[in-house]
Amino acid sequence: MTEQLIMLGLILVKLLLVFGVILSMAAYLVLAERKILARMQLRYGPNRAGPGGMMQPMADLIKLLTKEDFVPAQADKWLFLLAPGLSALTALLTFAVIPFGPPLQIFGQTVPLVICDLNIGLLYFLGLSSLAVYGMALGGWASNSKYSLLGAIRGLSQLISYELAMGLSVVPVVMMARSFSLTEIVLAQQQIPFALLNPPAFLIFLISIVAESKRIPFDLPESENELVGGFHTEYSGMRFGLFFVGEYINMVILGSMLTVLFLGGWSGPWLPGVVWFIIKVLAICFFFIWVRGSMPRLRYDQLMNFGWKVLLPLALLNVLITGAVLLWIG
Amino acid sequence: MPLLRDIKGSFQPFWVTLRNMFRKPVTVQYPEQRPELPERYRARLILTRDPDGAERCVACYLCSAACPVDCISLQAAEAEDGRRYAAWFRLNFARCIFCGLCTEACPTLAIQVTADFELAGRDPLKLVYEKEDLLVDHCGRQPDYNFYRQTGIGVTAPRGGNPGESPPVDVKDLLP
Repeated sequence: MTEQLIMLGLILVKLLLVFGVILSMAAYLVLAERKILARMQLRYGPNRAGPGGMMQPMADLIKLLTKEDFVPAQADKWLFLLAPGLSALTALLTFAVIPFGPPLQIFGQTVPLVICDLNIGLLYFLGLSSLAVYGMALGGWASNSKYSLLGAIRGLSQLISYELAMGLSVVPVVMMARSFSLTEIVLAQQQIPFALLNPPAFLIFLISIVAESKRIPFDLPESENELVGGFHTEYSGMRFGLFFVGEYINMVILGSMLTVLFLGGWSGPWLPGVVWFIIKVLAICFFFIWVRGSMPRLRYDQLMNFGWKVLLPLALLNVLITGAVLLWIG
Repeated sequence: MPLLRDIKGSFQPFWVTLRNMFRKPVTVQYPEQRPELPERYRARLILTRDPDGAERCVACYLCSAACPVDCISLQAAEAEDGRRYAAWFRLNFARCIFCGLCTEACPTLAIQVTADFELAGRDPLKLVYEKEDLLVDHCGRQPDYNFYRQTGIGVTAPRGGNPGESPPVDVKDLLP
């Protein structure tokens, strides 16, 4: 009985910790992005709220919470109110299957550092990442605004362009690890990460997650300079904030997925596993920000051409070649 | 080779942004650091005095006429010694666009610009400056110009009393 209680307590602590870490990471990613982008453009970025601007996320939160929660007159009210939550929720749910450290020994119990080690964790991730676009599509449609609708349509057309390539790029990983469980995949990379074993799959997945996180060069659903704010044009206050935070949570989640699938997860020398995991995720987040500072936006026909005519054939070819090599090795 | 060019074009920006990240930003951190303003910077307007301490403004309305946004209004009056002055002089900085045309129109160099740009406020009515707010106790950027010494004929000094001015000619002794 007490063992079960301890187990339950540990799970709750784990949940709260992960939740807090992810949310604060997302909040400070916003700040980090603003500061790093600013430095790339020879500016300082936010440095007024608190020492070095460290309180900026709090200030933004207060600002967003005190703004008017506005619903346009002709909007589909319930979908409009629901969509931002959907967007943030699907992003948060994905983290349930991501292993962020080696199993820990506390109170004589083995605690796996993953919230729920599903044996089909990878499929769960792919499913939720397809669902994530619903928040955006529904939000854009329910706003009853042409800009939002255009943004939502672009988001959907973008989804069908990169999702197939993304799904196919993780197939070699599954073939090499012989498991759908993310913990097993990490354990299979103890010697050498899959990014080195299969660079094409790594690159295709990297490009796909940039598209999945709706960031430059694939930020077509938002494209501020063409569509006002894209799918969230009509949103204000904390509902816009939820979309925004969802996007950054997504960045953390996708960085974690890239770490788990291709960069060997928590494995690394000298430092504890969790630290390695966080370092890798932050490095990927920096890469995302760096890409945003360096790249222009693609046109959406260019993105679709690229997705269907380049990424998809490459991913298919990669699956075939990996399969052949694995068969040949035996 | 367009492909090679494209690949080069895709990697070069990363190097550029990374290099710029370690440069010193060009931002002037305003309240702590002050911007270095040019010598002839145009901001808040003032009404200056001549070297003798009297008001330079002769209420000729030229500034008011030159103002493209009509933010200057005044009322002329005449002192007992014949010297004109502005009974009241009102300048609305909420409308002023700091073009400096008033200073160019001013024949007596009375209205002048300063480099004081910190005029922002919450109440637009507080940006309406009256004559007392505009009038200063110095000569501004032209320290030794006194309009009445040059051209104020017979108003404050007797005819021929100004520097570079010949005494009046007695027209009768020019007769043949």
